Amino acid sequence: MIRNSASVMAEALAKKEITSVELTQLHLDRIDAVDSHVHAFLHVDREGALSQAAAVDAKRAAGEKLSPLAGVPLALKDVMTQKGIPTTAGSKILEGWRPPYDSTVVSRLKANGIVILGKTNMDEFAMGSSTENSAYGTTHNPWDLDRIPGGSGGGSAASLAAFEAPLAIGTDTGGSIRQPAAVTGTVGVKPTYGGVSRYGLIAFSSSLDQAGPCARTVLDAALLHEAIAGYDKKDSTSINAPVPAVVAAAKKLDVKGLKIGVVKELSGDGYQAGVRSRFDEALQELVAAGAEIVEVSCPNFEYALAAYYLIAPSEASSNLARFDSMRYGIRVGDDGNAGAEEVMKMTREVGFGKEVKRRIILGTYALSSGYYDAYYGSAQKVRTLIVQDFAKAFAQADVLVSPTCPTTAFKIGEKSDDPLAMYLNDIATIPVNMAGVGGMSLPAGLSPDDGLPVGFQIMSAAMKDDLMYQVGGTLEAALLSKWGAPILSQAPALATK
Amino acid sequence: MTAISRDEVAHLAMLARIEMTDSELDHLASEMDVILGAVARVQEVAGQDVPPTSHPLALSNVFRDDVVIPSLTPEEALSGAPAKADQRFKVPQILGDAE
Repeated sequence: MIRNSASVMAEALAKKEITSVELTQLHLDRIDAVDSHVHAFLHVDREGALSQAAAVDAKRAAGEKLSPLAGVPLALKDVMTQKGIPTTAGSKILEGWRPPYDSTVVSRLKANGIVILGKTNMDEFAMGSSTENSAYGTTHNPWDLDRIPGGSGGGSAASLAAFEAPLAIGTDTGGSIRQPAAVTGTVGVKPTYGGVSRYGLIAFSSSLDQAGPCARTVLDAALLHEAIAGYDKKDSTSINAPVPAVVAAAKKLDVKGLKIGVVKELSGDGYQAGVRSRFDEALQELVAAGAEIVEVSCPNFEYALAAYYLIAPSEASSNLARFDSMRYGIRVGDDGNAGAEEVMKMTREVGFGKEVKRRIILGTYALSSGYYDAYYGSAQKVRTLIVQDFAKAFAQADVLVSPTCPTTAFKIGEKSDDPLAMYLNDIATIPVNMAGVGGMSLPAGLSPDDGLPVGFQIMSAAMKDDLMYQVGGTLEAALLSKWGAPILSQAPALATK
Repeated sequence: MTAISRDEVAHLAMLARIEMTDSELDHLASEMDVILGAVARVQEVAGQDVPPTSHPLALSNVFRDDVVIPSLTPEEALSGAPAKADQRFKVPQILGDAE
């Protein structure tokens, strides 16, 4: 049962073939069996999950009308607050913190009867592409435990690939949902900026951060998307408009007449040969399904990475100022003699990891007087050029496509001492965040050169999220009929305990 | 192209209120040099005529209605505090010379 899609699980629950308590217990057992190898979870809320499940079962028994995913378990990225449940954002500075409130995403999951199994591992404050920056140890890729599961949401993606959960929540600032999905053979969606509330999402870069669904199928992602999306008055950047009909779009399985734009700049040199060949094959499936392929050029995308590594650290240096040891989190060096500023400095020294410090210093520099125009100001101008590139491209095509990442999963430790090499992972995912448009990654198969999953990225214009689900659903169905079984059926069996 | 000195990094660390050891400062100064060299590319296309974009949505002044809504109790608001006293956050000395 745990290898099924969330939709199949939901159907079994609706038909009363299984209870939510049983389904939740199966996943808790799976976590007990394999998570010592994968380390997808930072905290497992066994009692809470079972009691949420029991509440859904009671409602179902009473004949109440339930949401489509009611009773299905989910793994929550540890960057989202959940009342009373330890929430660290992968940082030592928040060790032991139990938020006094639910994020809007969590409130909506609970309102939909979705059972929260626990909190998943991530790069500290979502800064990273491998989960190696977590203060609580690295997550391992279920396809090869010596490899990274992507990041920052490596825990969420790995929990899906290891069948510890059928659904997960991620957040994506520069690719943190899509890149982990790509390297674990799962599906991840960054909705349009403002599509899902950021209330209770511990902020990294507020103009880029966006929460979204992670799943093993496009339809499952769509169902979760509809459960969490929509206007929230607690988030001033939330879009007050109807949620795009992504579930209906995922079920269309038809792309006839749609124009699919291949972004010229997101291919070629630097992309692994096996990634390119799987991408090209997937494209042919879309042609066979009736889509028209056009090439589009987005010349300023090559500056997106540089602009991102100015804008995101700048916003982070401001957002992370709140971790001052006064109101929550750890406090170091408060011996009765040291002043507040000294305690603050000692706490932040101990509480933040290397990458977080690096980005705070970089952001502080980019925003400082004398350098502001040359760095942060120039990056904001590049952002305009990227927005314009997207506008032109979406005038020529309904969706844009590219490989999600230049390579498949690399070895743990391989890039951890080279920040620039690590940043290159996000070269194809970052433009989406800069413009606030939608982006999805779904499996395109296994790379012939190393047998590891390759991600296919689909981008849609703002609030046209349904189009990427329509194309993603169609491509997934075409690839499934070619493969005969979902890609995860080829993942090696994990040792249990 | 951009050189950043160890002293500048130390100043930035002070501004960011992060204590750093000498070896951390040395390491970070050399890394910052490389990273700044790479991100300085943005200047190649950031011409005078290009307006800046700070945010994907053109929003300004988003207010909620001025009505009382339920909020955290004092106990809840203080629940994560490293130290508290009399329904307040208790903090180290903030004025004067503490040493």
